[in-house]
Amino acid sequence: MAEPSRKRRIEGGDVHRDRPRGKSDPTAPPESLAALDRLIHERVRLGIVSALAVNDSLTFQELKDLLGVTDGNLSVHARRLEEAGYIACKKTFALRVPRSEYRLTPEGRRALERHLEHLAAVIRWARS
Amino acid sequence: MSRARRSDPAESPVLEDRAQEHLRFIRSAMERAGSFTAVPGWGGVAMGITALAAAWLASRAVTPEAWLSTWLVESVVAFLIGCAAIRVKAARSGTPLFDGSARRFALTLAPPIAAGAIATVALARQGQTGILPGLWLLLYGAAVVTGGAASVRVVPLLGVSLMALGAAALAAPAGWGDAFLAAGFGGLQIGFGVYIARRHGG
Repeated sequence: MAEPSRKRRIEGGDVHRDRPRGKSDPTAPPESLAALDRLIHERVRLGIVSALAVNDSLTFQELKDLLGVTDGNLSVHARRLEEAGYIACKKTFALRVPRSEYRLTPEGRRALERHLEHLAAVIRWARS
Repeated sequence: MSRARRSDPAESPVLEDRAQEHLRFIRSAMERAGSFTAVPGWGGVAMGITALAAAWLASRAVTPEAWLSTWLVESVVAFLIGCAAIRVKAARSGTPLFDGSARRFALTLAPPIAAGAIATVALARQGQTGILPGLWLLLYGAAVVTGGAASVRVVPLLGVSLMALGAAALAAPAGWGDAFLAAGFGGLQIGFGVYIARRHGG
């Protein structure tokens, strides 16, 4: 039973399965950090989303330099976010050199905001 | 389950530390990402050095025409240096030159520069070269402010500094023009250029 559920998340069809409860029900404590949106909880993906949140767009090379990851690692994580609809990629050619330009989608921005809200809720709960 | 966790005194600090650490990571990623700018720092330094040389040469010019020619040549040299530096920085960061922040910077920089060029021709024809240093600094500063509006904070700050220097030059005696141009196109561009190059990727 667990495998189909995990697969759905990977494919981006159910990325909010573990959606935090903080904002809709402020009195309910977040059980743990495991309740976060797992898609952007992972470090590289969280870095991609955070970097794109403060830029209109960033190229593959810029993201790679910023996050200090390999081409393959960045490709895999960026594709996961793309599949979930959190980021959009525009592929172009400049002087026959392929370029990938990434942007944060409205859904991706909302996911980051939810993530931040949940982290804040965890801190409030832990201090209470 | 959540009640049990809430009552566990050892759980809360661990969770809070982890949440805080996540927030620090997000803030750090945003700060680093926000520091990307298409404005070339080293290009600004090179433009500043040529401006200092131009100011030295112009201060020794014996006629207004020679003085104006010196600064016009400097403006062409600075323009070429700026274009080359933007191209190099865009290539290094993998940003498309004609479809990225470098293009936006150049397009927003252009209108005040064009206004300055037209005003220069009009004022030079009337022999009013004395107010040109202040006008150039003011309009170039305005160009940097508009061009750098979407860039890191230091770029519009450079523009505002140039504008302030231009305003001071307009109020000062005409004979101080080269000193103001050396301070603005030379000193400010070198200072801010080094800062941008070190903090914002070249």
